[in-house]
Amino acid sequence: MTLNERQYHIEKLETGIPGFDHISNGGLPKGRTTLVSGSAGSAKTVLAVQFLAEGIKKADERGVFVTFEESPVDIRRNMLGFGWDIAQWEKEQRWVFVDASRQPGEPPLFIGDDFDLGPLIIRIEHAVHKIGAQRVSMDSLGAIFNQLPSSAVVRNGLFQIASALRSMGVTAVMTAERTEEYGEIARYGVEEFVADNVVILRNVLEEEKRRRTVEILKFRGVMHQKGEFPFTVIPNQGIVVIPLSAIELKQRSSDVRIKSGIEDLDTMCGGGFFRDSVILVSGATGTGKTLMATSFMAEGTRSGERCLLFAFEESRDQLFRNATGWGIDFDRMEHDGTLRVVCNYPEVAGLEDQLFTMKSEIDQFKPNRVAIDSLSALERVSTMRGFREFVIGLTSFIKHKEIAGLYTATTPTLLGGTSITEAHISTITDSIILLRYVEIYGEMHRGLTVLKMRGSMHDKDIREFSIDGEGMHIGRPFRGISGIMSGQFTYVASSEKDRIQSLFAEGNES
Amino acid sequence: MNKFVLKLYITGDTPRTERAIANLRRVCDHELRGQYELVIIDVLENPQMAEDERIMVTPTLIREMPPPRRRIIGDLTDTAKVLLGLNFDPHVDHLDARND
Repeated sequence: MTLNERQYHIEKLETGIPGFDHISNGGLPKGRTTLVSGSAGSAKTVLAVQFLAEGIKKADERGVFVTFEESPVDIRRNMLGFGWDIAQWEKEQRWVFVDASRQPGEPPLFIGDDFDLGPLIIRIEHAVHKIGAQRVSMDSLGAIFNQLPSSAVVRNGLFQIASALRSMGVTAVMTAERTEEYGEIARYGVEEFVADNVVILRNVLEEEKRRRTVEILKFRGVMHQKGEFPFTVIPNQGIVVIPLSAIELKQRSSDVRIKSGIEDLDTMCGGGFFRDSVILVSGATGTGKTLMATSFMAEGTRSGERCLLFAFEESRDQLFRNATGWGIDFDRMEHDGTLRVVCNYPEVAGLEDQLFTMKSEIDQFKPNRVAIDSLSALERVSTMRGFREFVIGLTSFIKHKEIAGLYTATTPTLLGGTSITEAHISTITDSIILLRYVEIYGEMHRGLTVLKMRGSMHDKDIREFSIDGEGMHIGRPFRGISGIMSGQFTYVASSEKDRIQSLFAEGNES
Repeated sequence: MNKFVLKLYITGDTPRTERAIANLRRVCDHELRGQYELVIIDVLENPQMAEDERIMVTPTLIREMPPPRRRIIGDLTDTAKVLLGLNFDPHVDHLDARND
């Protein structure tokens, strides 16, 4: 048998843990043991429990949970918050505990180190056979080293357990402690040799923010995605891995145009946005970003589409009042069920949690349009990398569902300038619209330009616009002024401008 | 009757098992002067008992009676330590004292 053939024969077992099967290219190697190593608080126990829980819920596979640390009573209670009713599964013979946790009362007296872990192996085998288990979780190995005085015995025992698991053909997860996030794989330096596969969970403090990641370090003889992937732990759900770089850009692209809610803007964009495109609207505070998001939503509901607005900067009341000021009745739209407005402060949750909440809102409401006002607010609560991953994750999610998205971003300076948000995500978006203040002889005007429109011709002028009780009105291009985008204005005398224009008569005035 | 009730958990018929049993019998016969009841449980044959008793390693000796329950792990070679573990002082006549 060649090496390739042998690789081909290692099957994978879908864990059912959201996102994990994606980064592991289909799950854990079947019939093998995987070591899950992580520092304190890295959600090892949750993963060990979830591995069995998902098996029971999704694949009707039974599980044996070997606990060395927490008592079964504690585990049953702690895991209820994730919606896992272990006691019920025990009644149904779908879950069995092998309780090797430290017992209360006087510790045993050890005389010599002539003993073996035989009973533990036999109890695991007994439990597996009793219910016909396909999955085994052991949590955590470090605790056995603490319970027994001889690490030589434990090492030996672990090898025996690993080979017993292998001969039973069960797929197993063993957890182990690490003392540092980037160092040795596990504390006792033996665990990794017991398992064919190693997965590392991290809980890193980065710029004062906790960031959880999962990395598949090795899968002996099988392919997997490389690198760290962020994950989050969510009530009623457990671990959710966010497989960012594993996302494929395979969405179809549509030729259907949709209206922005501002007629002149549709004209500038060559007839409207594309059905499944993501539009970034960038501008300084007060340039009309919220108005664009509001119009985008209102237009959607007018044409019978479902619209979902995530607002991170203003309260519901403010948003609704603003909308009324532009002649848009959000109240009625929500009442009709065509619009849903979700407001929260970005500070209430980490970005991974935020992404999860937004995805479930989208899944529930099934909108045709999504607007986010503003992305910059979310950027505040995250690291640069975390933010970029968030935007990629969200964008690919909504594109996959063929939803039109409109994000707003706030530039830090009033005149000209770009925002960090923009710099990070401009390549991900299909269209970019810039809103800018323009100073003309001591007076502030507002200017708009379509910077990019993927797959379509568009108007390249910088046009003046005004806002009144009916929304946004786009007027003529600015003439006689340059440097608007940089904020370094220079004024060109009109005679000079006319002279230059006569030299290059392009005739692109519209 | 205030006997010592002892349970010895072992895994299969191995030299370690034989050694533990021989050592324990010696302690019992010489020191406990026959005032004991000994049950030997092979985990291979009774895995559920091992589970109920939460036995992790063998040999494990459990003193069921008199209370409190105590556990001694190892091959029981060191008689003095075994007696200490059983909380049995050879210079005091435990059994007679209790019978008073």
